[in-house]
Amino acid sequence: MSTITDYEIIEKRAKLTKTLSKSIIYALLAVWGIIVLFPFYWMLLTSVKSYGEYSSEAIPKFITLTPTFENYQLAFTAVPLADYFVNTIIFTVATTALMLIIIIPAAFAFSRLNFKGKNMLFMLFLSLMMIPNELVVITNFVTVSSLELRNTFTGLILPSVMSVFYVYLLKENFSQIPDELYYAAKVDGTSDFKYLRRVMVPMCKPTIITITILKVIECWNSFVWPRLVTDNEKYFLVSNGIQAIRENGFGRENIPAMMAAVVAISIPLIVLFLIFRKKIMAGVARGGTKG
Amino acid sequence: MEKNNKKAWLYLLPALIFLAVFMIYPLIDVFIYSFEEGYNSASQTFNGYGLYNFEFVLHDPYFIQAVKNTFILVVITVPLSTFIALLISLGLTSIKKLRDMFQTIYFLPYVTNTLAVGLVFMIMFKPTAYSDGLINVLINWFGGNTVDFIDGPYWAKMFVLSFYTIWVVMPFKVLILTSALASVNKDYYNAARVDGTSSFRTFRKITLPMISPMIFYLVITGFIGAFKAYNDAVALFGTNLNAAGMNTIVGYVYDMLYGEGGGYPSYASAAAIILFAIVLTITCINLLISKKKVHY
Repeated sequence: MSTITDYEIIEKRAKLTKTLSKSIIYALLAVWGIIVLFPFYWMLLTSVKSYGEYSSEAIPKFITLTPTFENYQLAFTAVPLADYFVNTIIFTVATTALMLIIIIPAAFAFSRLNFKGKNMLFMLFLSLMMIPNELVVITNFVTVSSLELRNTFTGLILPSVMSVFYVYLLKENFSQIPDELYYAAKVDGTSDFKYLRRVMVPMCKPTIITITILKVIECWNSFVWPRLVTDNEKYFLVSNGIQAIRENGFGRENIPAMMAAVVAISIPLIVLFLIFRKKIMAGVARGGTKG
Repeated sequence: MEKNNKKAWLYLLPALIFLAVFMIYPLIDVFIYSFEEGYNSASQTFNGYGLYNFEFVLHDPYFIQAVKNTFILVVITVPLSTFIALLISLGLTSIKKLRDMFQTIYFLPYVTNTLAVGLVFMIMFKPTAYSDGLINVLINWFGGNTVDFIDGPYWAKMFVLSFYTIWVVMPFKVLILTSALASVNKDYYNAARVDGTSSFRTFRKITLPMISPMIFYLVITGFIGAFKAYNDAVALFGTNLNAAGMNTIVGYVYDMLYGEGGGYPSYASAAAIILFAIVLTITCINLLISKKKVHY
């Protein structure tokens, strides 16, 4: 009899320790979750407080009972936020499209075609991945300035197009397609270009989509290059726009309206992320860099 | 396989043109710039070649401040963020319920605009005329005094910058470490359990060695990323970082190139090359250490 109770006590104790350690783990994870989410909550909350309400709160309140959308209205009328959006969309779409047009043939040449000096050229490509942007941005700035391309979309887009790393990523994926398909297509008289367009691109669609999304995120958040080449508000992207809003925004320090602009800028990418969550995380795990 | 030289080069041509114009030429040019003395950007003339630009930059108090800030930021954020990321990833791996939800939440900062969300941190930490700001209210509750984290004492500003930097880099690290932990062969753990190994010992003798290459990868990319810090600082303190005393090396490069104190591509080039040399040295040291410590 007593052995059974001993056993029960031990089992109970083990269960208790397990529950306890699980609770501690969940508590710690929740703490970090709150640290991550709280700034998002705070910006949403502040953006729906009216200017008067916000400035009268000596101790900021954690909820508001009178949400208002006037800040959003103000953000899109008092400052050219809509223009910043349009500029960013033009920049993002053009840069990403151009990049795909350039890297797909390059990856094809490296994976499928055979030519003199291929391995050496590819090594050179790989070594270029190590070049930090900070080194090349100086000359690019001087070049773009002397060509009088500052404050143009051409000047914004062209130096941002190329990504060596994505050529590498796509080449690796292209190389996984079996050679037999290529020879079969050759026998049928298919041209290389048609083979690339009809077979390789569709087969590697997941990788191409991942690359596209990562490039879109990069473009949407780019700040340094746009800041260097644009000083005319008409060509500001959202990052520069929000900086301009911060420095001389609404004529006075209107924090709720500023937060409305921040929310508006953050939403597109968060929506994109929630839709393509798995793809984005897998893509970043394979080769994203930030931090 | 047949050789198709001409065709291959044709496919590569657009990529090569872009690389030559926007990467290889600038890379060579930046070294030339850095040795050109007395460069005048208006007339595009210079006096001669020498080391004066490096000498100027290394004696510029703003540059010394920027180097100091950057090193402090690196020393604080790289170990701390890697350690917290390891804790979080271990926690994530040991649970089943809500795991997906936590992972999604943790990844959010990766897809947000650093400049925009930085403003939220700024308003949370900054006392204004009508309110001390959220964080200071919390500090007051616990009996502390109000601190201006944005325009106040140096270490308060450094704290916010480090905190925001960690917040920004965490998604990448957590993601890499959770996938590394998920790929550790379960047989090892089962064997350890049969032997009755304590969980701490299992972690130290199995988990840590198995994921050490990934930890090491994060340390290297973390060092490189933190040395190039700039956007986070601008988001918190505005574009005039020298006035705030919070400039970084990259910020110094851009300030020399453009803006109020700008128009000196030679000084900018010299500073960029010094930055590159620092990063290269640290990466090499890291690689040497890893040869001894990392289990492959």
